Amino acid sequence: MIAETGLAALWLAAALCGLQLVFGVMALRSDDSGVATAIRPVAVVQGILTALAFAMLIWLFLRTDLSVELVAANSHSAKPWLYKFAGTWGNHEGSMLLWVAILAASGSLVAIFERRLKEKTLIATLAAQSAIGLGFYAFLLFASNPFARLSPAATEGRGLNPLLQDPGLAFHPPTLYFGYVGISIAFSFAVGALITRDVGPVFARAMRPWILASWIFLTLGIAAGSYWAYYELGWGGWWFWDPVENASLMPWLAATALLHSVTVLATRDALRAWTIMLAVVAFSMSMVGTFLVRSGVLTSVHAFAVDPRRGTFILALLILYIGGALALYALRVGTVREGSRFEFMSREGALVVNNVLLSAILGIVLIGTLYPLGVEAVTGEQLSVGPPYFNATAGPLALLLVAAMAVGPLLRWRRDEWRNVLGRISLPALISSLALFALVMFASPIGILPMLGLILAAGVGAASLAPLWKRNLRRTPLFTYGMVIAHLGIAVSMAGMAFESAFSEEVLVAVRPGDTHQVGPYTVTFDSTRPVAGPNWTAVEAGLTVRRGEGEPSSLAPQARMFSSPQTETSEAAIRTAWNGQLYTVLGNGDGSGRWQLRLWWKPFVTLIWFGGILIAFGGLLSLVGRVRRERKSMERESWA
Amino acid sequence: MSDKPDMDAQTLAMKRFVLWVPLVIAAVFFGFFSYALFFGNTSPQQRAIESQLVGQPMPEFSLQPSLPGRPGLSSADLATGEPRLVNFFASWCVPCIAEAPQLMQLREAGVAIDAIAVRDRPEDVFAFLQRWGDPYERIGADTQSEAQLALGSSGVPETFVVDGDGVIVRQHIGDIRPEHVPELLAALEGAR
Repeated sequence: MIAETGLAALWLAAALCGLQLVFGVMALRSDDSGVATAIRPVAVVQGILTALAFAMLIWLFLRTDLSVELVAANSHSAKPWLYKFAGTWGNHEGSMLLWVAILAASGSLVAIFERRLKEKTLIATLAAQSAIGLGFYAFLLFASNPFARLSPAATEGRGLNPLLQDPGLAFHPPTLYFGYVGISIAFSFAVGALITRDVGPVFARAMRPWILASWIFLTLGIAAGSYWAYYELGWGGWWFWDPVENASLMPWLAATALLHSVTVLATRDALRAWTIMLAVVAFSMSMVGTFLVRSGVLTSVHAFAVDPRRGTFILALLILYIGGALALYALRVGTVREGSRFEFMSREGALVVNNVLLSAILGIVLIGTLYPLGVEAVTGEQLSVGPPYFNATAGPLALLLVAAMAVGPLLRWRRDEWRNVLGRISLPALISSLALFALVMFASPIGILPMLGLILAAGVGAASLAPLWKRNLRRTPLFTYGMVIAHLGIAVSMAGMAFESAFSEEVLVAVRPGDTHQVGPYTVTFDSTRPVAGPNWTAVEAGLTVRRGEGEPSSLAPQARMFSSPQTETSEAAIRTAWNGQLYTVLGNGDGSGRWQLRLWWKPFVTLIWFGGILIAFGGLLSLVGRVRRERKSMERESWA
Repeated sequence: MSDKPDMDAQTLAMKRFVLWVPLVIAAVFFGFFSYALFFGNTSPQQRAIESQLVGQPMPEFSLQPSLPGRPGLSSADLATGEPRLVNFFASWCVPCIAEAPQLMQLREAGVAIDAIAVRDRPEDVFAFLQRWGDPYERIGADTQSEAQLALGSSGVPETFVVDGDGVIVRQHIGDIRPEHVPELLAALEGAR
């Protein structure tokens, strides 16, 4: 009955979604206030029903109900409960249900909390959200039903991909999805504003918290995904420019640009058409990413749910929604009045530079991700585009962007003088030159990108704090702190990336028990191997004694795991974290005569990459709280007046 | 700041046109996606990556005998005028046990098979062949993985189909399962 309850809830939610669209269109056509007041509760109930459907699916997975096809195909009774739970979204149908649940939840949150936006625009926004919803309900119910029964029931499940059996992965997809799908709100806002021609500061201030919220989740999701790939895949890398990673990076780039342009719109009533365009692009990138990953047109290490027929369905949705929004844009944006003008040397100017660079990086990533497809279509040759392309093209632009980020927050709105600006950035510039000096004098020669990265990180770290300079810290608004911390996070993260790529040490050895090797500040002794067993795997575990300089020895135990269902081998890296970096150890194959492959890395300051990511998200959170509090205050004031 | 009065009709038309550009770009992408989806390779089976070595002559290598009394293997031994298989295996490799019956079946079908024993010891190789069957004519001992590296092979087992001139026709990665036997026989026949 659980599966049937879930399915019924899903059908009901789909029906309500249709009703929401009908109500929306009716309310926009006439000034019927009855229909207009009904649209909010409909959106809320729809959100609750999809949440119920998702809860039912979780329940089925926790019980390992093998009469449900999806559970039988992806779960296993011997799996630890956490992975039964996480297995709910570790497959195509379940993750699409999560997609739809978040889409509906976003709609209901807007219906509950959005008070700032004009009533008409809000109705148009909710109608747009339900239009997106309908397509994805159809996709779920007709092409990927998660509740389909299996008759006769299976005797045992086929198990979850072992790479996904990791605590980090239990929470990485939901986090990423909240951002990925949450950005649909910006899309619906943009469509709503185009319908009512209501693009201005009030609209921008209403939209901003929603963008911020999904951007925070995207940031956290990407950082968590990167850390997962780092320690679970056992390759020692933290970013592979894999199509799936790019699929999450592209909405983030667009959302970051949107976050900055919406500030210009809110503060200065400029960049109207552009902000609308970015809002459309951001969610379009989410949908394109979903299409690329789910249809199987691209091969990827992550592509665990590939089905070309489903690809056709998603492609149709893409054409409908993106094409529709862009057609509406072309028809309507000309009638949106042009906003205010500004000088290049101004805060707005710097934010435009930010937007241009972010868009350029977005274009580079998009083209790099699709290039293999194009080549295959033309010549039939299969190839993959990797770090050499992305680093060489996106890298320099990212550095430029970060440099602009150092200057931007120090500029005044509307217009500023070159002379004053130079004065304000002199200290960060000095710090950068000192970093350059130190690198040239004391460090071994390193590549140009990491070199520039380190120099910039030093200066930008200082510059990001500069907006607080000579200010009353207690009266500085919370969202200014948010910006400062987020920008500092970028500098910290970049420092981590540059340190890691410039100063990592790697040792690949075949060892016998008793052998000792040196990597970075550590000496690693290979003591023994022993077999160990988990609930659904067996492994060979290496006993390593690790010693830093003359310090106390301690032990690390990397494993080579063999999972029983499905049969797969994974390597579980063992990592020792110190204040200035990580020792990363991976056990490889044995040669049968007592020698084992052992891979050791010393990665200085690598943890800064993810620590920076957390800072960025935390800065976003402070901004969000600061913005919402200020809006609330100004609304109270208005109601008093 | 609204529509400027001095804007003539032509610029206005131009501006209208520019607004459609994003949709046109999106349409190009959609066309491209459709093409990739309907005409591209999307089934995982077709996606096996072909070795760059297919169509190339066997790279130079020369291996000492792995077992006493059985000849070793060098690339020159492969140009015999008849197509044959070269099988990378090792006594410590579990999938190699799984493919042993298929190799025996190929041998019984009259296929000539040479082997390269990767990072292995003679006594272990001997025990392995005693237990799981011995379909091989020559066995080279690749103690340092040099032949394996020269052939760009990533692991064991792996099997190459070589034609009579010693040119690689096909690379089979992983163990040979029963369903692969007809494919390999067809490849050998095609190389004749």
